[in-house]
Amino acid sequence: MQHDHIINAKQLSRQDIESVLDRASDIAADPGAYANRHENALLGLMFFEPSTRTKMSFSAAMKRLGGDIVDMGPAEYSSVTKGESLADTVRVVEGYADAVVLRHPSEGSAKMASEHVDVPLINGGDGAGQHPTQTLLDLYTIRENAGLDDLTIGIMGDLKYGRTVHSLSYALTNFDTDQHFISPESLKLPRNVRYDLPETESSIQEHTKLDEVLPELDVLYVTRIQRERFPDESEYRAVAGQYQIDADTLEAAKDGLTVMHPLPRVDEIAYDVDETSHAKYFQQAQNAVPVRMALLDSLLGGTR
Amino acid sequence: MTDDQALRVSKIESGTVIDHITGGQALNVLAILGIDGTAGEVVSIGMNVPSDRLGQKDVVKVENRELSQSELDVLSLVAPAATVNIIRDYDVVDKHLVERPTEVSGILQCPNHNCITSEDEPVDSRFEVLDGGVRCEYCDTIIREDLAAHILA
Repeated sequence: MQHDHIINAKQLSRQDIESVLDRASDIAADPGAYANRHENALLGLMFFEPSTRTKMSFSAAMKRLGGDIVDMGPAEYSSVTKGESLADTVRVVEGYADAVVLRHPSEGSAKMASEHVDVPLINGGDGAGQHPTQTLLDLYTIRENAGLDDLTIGIMGDLKYGRTVHSLSYALTNFDTDQHFISPESLKLPRNVRYDLPETESSIQEHTKLDEVLPELDVLYVTRIQRERFPDESEYRAVAGQYQIDADTLEAAKDGLTVMHPLPRVDEIAYDVDETSHAKYFQQAQNAVPVRMALLDSLLGGTR
Repeated sequence: MTDDQALRVSKIESGTVIDHITGGQALNVLAILGIDGTAGEVVSIGMNVPSDRLGQKDVVKVENRELSQSELDVLSLVAPAATVNIIRDYDVVDKHLVERPTEVSGILQCPNHNCITSEDEPVDSRFEVLDGGVRCEYCDTIIREDLAAHILA
């Protein structure tokens, strides 16, 4: 893979994606072979927003490659509170680390930050923009369970603000997939994301009800609908309720349906789904480590 | 130039004449060029002048300043039919059309308040020029209508 920074799923070709996923498979099969690969390398963590999975799995990945992390800590205790710009902060952290992961609430923050540094910068989520490394682990999970070609996937929930959806839907256009987007009218895919997807109706379809497409799906990717997207509690409850699934809902699905979720979930997937063979979201979360190890290995010069 | 227009706005000795501007867009053209009169340039504007080609057009004349092609190409966003005449000693020494650039930088404000270019960071806005619109290169927001409303003050 020939990229200095990982900012956006749009920059990843099919070949890029497959090379990371193949390497992740190798790592998962024999983690010991990679244990000292990046001894003494340091990964800078700059998280301006809360994170559990992204931050911890990047830390785990770096440590499992033999390296270590330097963490800016919560933004409210950093020099950001003194009014330092992101551009300055990232230039300072660049001096301490061999690569940087940035999560920031503003769209385009990772792209701007990458223009100020020479070390590889990885977008760990920029507002409602993109989350390309989540996409890589999503693709890895899809490939393990359903394969990436000849795939029918449903993506459900908050498609407007969900950055994992924006990155995933674009990355899937590299493969032979039919994508069904299921959401309330008010949370449909935004125009700027739709713009990058193919015009053909057969490969991209939008729905407001899951039961219209559930029986066809190989993968159902569920995302959380957030309370703060709605003007009042009753409207939120009425809408969100239509996009919750439980074991009964999945009776209508194929036996081999894979259910995924970037987590955290609130109540959009009932706990009784966890007991079914469809549930792959914890496996998906676990896949973050080999996939992020593969990505870091490649950015830090793993093929040298 | 027809006699009719010549009567309205007289010839200039040297500088740049931007003709065939979409009617009503002259002030936006000046805003894009960053010309607000504070630098002392002599600027003449004709607005909604009758035009055979456009029905109505605007004309802008900026004296003693030769604008570069890259400065002028940005105008194609609000005045795609504009023609540019560079004048020296009352003669037109160069005449060309504006061409649509592939990118414009520092001209438009991204309408997304959550875009990093809307914050206090050392970054200029940058837009990719699409067919029928522009797109923020940082947050991907697309502007299709009324580009002039997004010109940076």
